[in-house]
Amino acid sequence: MKTQWRGFRGSHWLDDINVRDFIQNNYTPYDGDESFLAGPTEATDTLWGKLQQLQKQERAQGGVLDMETEVVSGLTAYGPGYIDDSLKSLEKVVGLQTDKPLKRAFMPYGGIKMAEEACTTYGYTPNPAFHKIFTEYHKTHNQAVYDAYTPEMRLARKNKIITGLPDTYGRGRIVGDYRRVALYGIDFLIAKKKEDYANCGCGVMTDDIIRQREEITEQIRALMGMKAMAKAYGFDISEPATNAREAVQWLYFGYLAAIKTQNGAAMSVGRVSTFLDIYIQRDIAEGALTETEAQELIDHLVMKFRMVKFARIPSYNQLFSGDPVWATLEVAGLGMDGRHMVTKNDFRFLHTLENMGPSPEPNLTVLYSKHLPDAFRKYAAKISVTTSSIQYENDDVMRVEWGDDYSICCCVSATETGKEMQFFGARANLAKTLLYCINGGVDCKTGMQVGPKWRPITSEFLDYKEVMANYDIALDWIAGLYVNVLNLIQYMHDRYFYEAAEMALIDTDVRRTFATGIAGFSHVVDSLSAIKYAKVKVIRDENGLTKDFEVEGDFPRYGNDDERADEIAVWLLKTFMNKLKKHHTYRNSEPTTSILTITSNVVYGKATGALPDGRKAGEPLSPGANPSYGAEQNGLLASLNSVAKLPYEYALDGISNTQTISPDALGHDDDSRASQLVSVMDGYFAQGAHHLNVNVFGTEKLIDAMEHPEKPEYANFTIRVSGYAVKFIDLTREQQMDVISRTCHKSM
Amino acid sequence: MTSAFIHSFESFGAVDGPGVRFVVFFQGCTLRCRYCHNPDTWKRNCGTEYDVDAIVKKALRFKPYWSNGGGVTASGGEALLQIDFLTELFCALKKEGVHTCLDTSAGPYRDTPEYKEKFDKLMQYTDLVMLDIKHIDSEKHKDLTGIPNDNILKCAKRLDELKVPVWIRHVLVPTVTDFDEDLKSLRAFIDTLSNVEKVEVLPYHSLGVHKWESLNIPYTLNDVKAPVQSRVDNARAILGAN
Repeated sequence: MKTQWRGFRGSHWLDDINVRDFIQNNYTPYDGDESFLAGPTEATDTLWGKLQQLQKQERAQGGVLDMETEVVSGLTAYGPGYIDDSLKSLEKVVGLQTDKPLKRAFMPYGGIKMAEEACTTYGYTPNPAFHKIFTEYHKTHNQAVYDAYTPEMRLARKNKIITGLPDTYGRGRIVGDYRRVALYGIDFLIAKKKEDYANCGCGVMTDDIIRQREEITEQIRALMGMKAMAKAYGFDISEPATNAREAVQWLYFGYLAAIKTQNGAAMSVGRVSTFLDIYIQRDIAEGALTETEAQELIDHLVMKFRMVKFARIPSYNQLFSGDPVWATLEVAGLGMDGRHMVTKNDFRFLHTLENMGPSPEPNLTVLYSKHLPDAFRKYAAKISVTTSSIQYENDDVMRVEWGDDYSICCCVSATETGKEMQFFGARANLAKTLLYCINGGVDCKTGMQVGPKWRPITSEFLDYKEVMANYDIALDWIAGLYVNVLNLIQYMHDRYFYEAAEMALIDTDVRRTFATGIAGFSHVVDSLSAIKYAKVKVIRDENGLTKDFEVEGDFPRYGNDDERADEIAVWLLKTFMNKLKKHHTYRNSEPTTSILTITSNVVYGKATGALPDGRKAGEPLSPGANPSYGAEQNGLLASLNSVAKLPYEYALDGISNTQTISPDALGHDDDSRASQLVSVMDGYFAQGAHHLNVNVFGTEKLIDAMEHPEKPEYANFTIRVSGYAVKFIDLTREQQMDVISRTCHKSM
Repeated sequence: MTSAFIHSFESFGAVDGPGVRFVVFFQGCTLRCRYCHNPDTWKRNCGTEYDVDAIVKKALRFKPYWSNGGGVTASGGEALLQIDFLTELFCALKKEGVHTCLDTSAGPYRDTPEYKEKFDKLMQYTDLVMLDIKHIDSEKHKDLTGIPNDNILKCAKRLDELKVPVWIRHVLVPTVTDFDEDLKSLRAFIDTLSNVEKVEVLPYHSLGVHKWESLNIPYTLNDVKAPVQSRVDNARAILGAN
């Protein structure tokens, strides 16, 4: 046994890469409360103070502090970089994406045009040589995708019935098992990949064998690059980490390799908390580390996750507002043996929100179960009440599907750590699809024939049976087109923008999921309900396309625990998922779907005409699986009950629900608010619901923050939006208005 | 089976009794409190009619949220105005093992044998009463709500005799209910009762004013602001509120 593994138990993980086995054999569940936690050290306060200054400067400069124009990003493109050269001895965890803090790297492999536009938008001019190199000598992912798109795909993309496609930037959503770097060291990982290479194929060179041999070689190259990258900072990561500080640093180097080489929409950290606790526990037991030092390590690691930046273009920022990177990081959850996996470190990660104030990143996620210790549930709820910065996902439904070592690889989607990867693929706008089925495949916003020329519905009043028959056909069409657009994108991404560093930290024989998504969910449900239970009159324009709808009479809406509407919701999810499954998915991946829209609900809404549920043309769609604005008439829990009816098994990519509760409606003081929140989550998740974003503040605070963003108390004011957290003042005014208009649950 | 006029339901009442509450807002009230934030519940014999089964069925959907002592709260309006129905409802809820709470200002209470019989029966199925004492001084009570408080205090006494747990609630309105003298008298009254588990001071707010405007009822407290924190603390201290 290696000396670095002194005191560790278990045997399976010694010879094979098996981090889960290591964790299960060595972690210490913690049932106590938060009283052991330590405050920030002077070093933490100093560094965080410096970083806040930089963030302020970044905001003052329109959202970007500095950009690279001369260096193409890569593992060893830069020497070491620090938050502040004069303070570098204070940094317990080192490593920046570029040579300076918050400076955005130049990443052309996804698409040179995008990389250039990102620079010019903020007043930077990239070296013109890059343009020549990445158009004439080296093809980018974006170029390759457009070489292969069909006219129909281009039309669908242009008309925004399929949106947010990762065809100009990294697809993201791949979580390398960064813990492997700490536990095994790079040399062992290289040796294992070399074994895989030797065993790859029997000599017959089929497409997949050739591809896999090339990919493994790329991975080994990336592992060697990681060593060189760490060496620039003075660390040799060939061997396993010997103590907690090294474990944190090694692990971070693994993650740093990912964010130096990829600019995926989501660059998640994964489930690292319990793992790192094992090292901290060992150091504390050996007398080598104090609680204050342990907290400092976690604070500094989290500080690094708060600094991750990518160069983005304006159209991207409209979709994903507020500069998110989804550095998603999980705490808690249960093990397959029934023991909870809450450790002191899970408290420490949540405590960073107290030591350094609220923050959108890392996207802290509590893997929730009512079987977690009371003290932990209460502490997490308290952090929600005071910071609105964390989200909850139901471990009891996810553990069944993904085991007890899954990570969240984006906003809410699970992936088994080190065993799986995901092909991420945007969203299909099913509300627009409903309009297409009425308008004979013509987009009522642009007048273009986007879908097939179906027979349009011409009656004055919509007939439920007729609409359903047409909608079924339209859903078939969009599901097929959508899957095939994604097949093409994923193929090209593998070829031209392969994630060698992340895949190097995942098993060679990786399982792949193929993640699709639904936008406009609640509006389709309410529209179909309106057509079924009320009378919906179509107002048509001069071309006979739907312009508006008039609804006579009342109809049940999704979000009130009303079976009549909610059964339509369940039908829609199951139907769409089943239609997706009919199609071949790239590399025989397993298709999944999600009901989550991020902040893109605003952009999607702009491109969507008036709907039969009364939503006017251009208004934002409701986000994720949330009921529509104003639909909820029976309070928070009725709304939660409706969402909880959606079967997670049909939406394994996630069902995102964001709720805002006024503090006065939740309780008279923070302690009772936390208790009530625990009851809410216990009840919601016990019904099989998947996800909950919890915000605790009143609309008055949002309005004041919108009008007075300069007030110091709003500098870090963080809110949860669909699938992530964001600093409220970083949202566009349009999105701020959207957040404000959403239902805030308050007392009568 | 009888039915009742219901104003609305709230699935998530977090400050309407212990734990998380499903709140049934009954339609109709005979008090005319000048600070009322639900004047739309005053009018009687309108709203939506529900029978007991329908409400019980609706409520039980929220049972998963009640692990921390939650249950159903009947509020309003004034739930006691439809006491026969309320008794049936609470009886049915108790059969399902649900914690029942009545949020009332006790306006309809009468010190007659007929009423007491009904009231006592209701109390058999009531786990907690949240009794709103608007003002301890009967004259001022009349000025504030339109009726004197004699019956209300008698109701409090009856609850004491029946040993039904009670939370006393008092809305603190500057210039109307916020005088040390009155607060002390209220505390003295509470001291005569042995069943009071909790006293709550609810600071006045004007969030319901828009409802008065939309109903075209003149609002008489326009000049009154929410109490300052020191007065809230003062009232809590005098009343021994938690």
